[in-house]
Amino acid sequence: MTGLQYAAIIGAVAVGTMLTRFLPFLAFGREKPAPKYVQYLGKALPGAALGLLVIYCVRSVDVTAGNHGIPMFAAMLITTGLHIWRRNMLLSIAVGTAAYILLINFAF
Amino acid sequence: MKNKAMIKTAFRAAFPKTIPIMTGFLFLGAAYGIYARSAGLPIAVPIIMAAVVFAGSMEFVAVDMMTAAAIFDPWGALVMAVMVNARHLFYGISMLDKYKNVGAKRWYLIFGMCDESFSINCTTDIPEGVDKGWFYFFVTMLNQCYWITGTALGAFAGSFFSIEGIDFVMTALLTVLFVDNLLKEKSHLGSVVGVCAALVCLLIFGGDSFIIPAMLMILLGLTLLRKPIERKLAP
Repeated sequence: MTGLQYAAIIGAVAVGTMLTRFLPFLAFGREKPAPKYVQYLGKALPGAALGLLVIYCVRSVDVTAGNHGIPMFAAMLITTGLHIWRRNMLLSIAVGTAAYILLINFAF
Repeated sequence: MKNKAMIKTAFRAAFPKTIPIMTGFLFLGAAYGIYARSAGLPIAVPIIMAAVVFAGSMEFVAVDMMTAAAIFDPWGALVMAVMVNARHLFYGISMLDKYKNVGAKRWYLIFGMCDESFSINCTTDIPEGVDKGWFYFFVTMLNQCYWITGTALGAFAGSFFSIEGIDFVMTALLTVLFVDNLLKEKSHLGSVVGVCAALVCLLIFGGDSFIIPAMLMILLGLTLLRKPIERKLAP
């Protein structure tokens, strides 16, 4: 990508993020509460968006060829299990990533 | 002079609250910096993004949208950012009153309202004699400094080495965020809608173009399921 293209993507991501941060302060207040539908989306979208992003992360895995995505799914299982067990975000990320690095460099 | 003392008191009250965030942001920021470099981005890109976007998970996704293999799509990036950060709408609605009467600092507080700054500023009872505006300001600013510092360190370190498989850090982060949210949320329907819509659209449209249809399907699903989900969300 060119410098201009980098700038366009960064700008777009910044504008999108700032829309979500500034909108409530610019559009709503005590006199004019946020529409119920917007409040609902603010609560219901996070889980759905995270689910979409998890799938986004595995979108290029080919389960029919190569290593069949085994290292990736194994490392995701380790990350998930560890997180349910210890609830320590950094620990889960660090161990999961280390497991993946070891798996693809030495096992597959 | 009186003003200076007030700012100092607010800093002393705010700094300890941000210490737990410091470790996390330095670690994740460094991972993000290394990841961006290993994805082939110039050193300035992750650092500028840390400063002007300051929304961790979306910055990882944005790196993915800027690699050599990615298709240049700023509109897709914008829509993705709105969707991924929709939770900030909810933060903003909760902070409408707290971020009132704090002067021009208000605009910076809103700009820098990441998850961690929101949760500290939303839940802390500000001690007697501490100026709330400056307290909120230092929490937000310190957190952002940690994130930019971590990112810069990682991006710099990433110029000298690369590790095969470090890109999994993004998958690990999002998996953890998803699982953590699953453990906390009152209704899992939204999360189920997200995963199912994404899987269906991935199978139909393929990896390069499934995001926008998946988002539309999610919006549709959440709109249709509004009644049952709201019933479970109600306190």
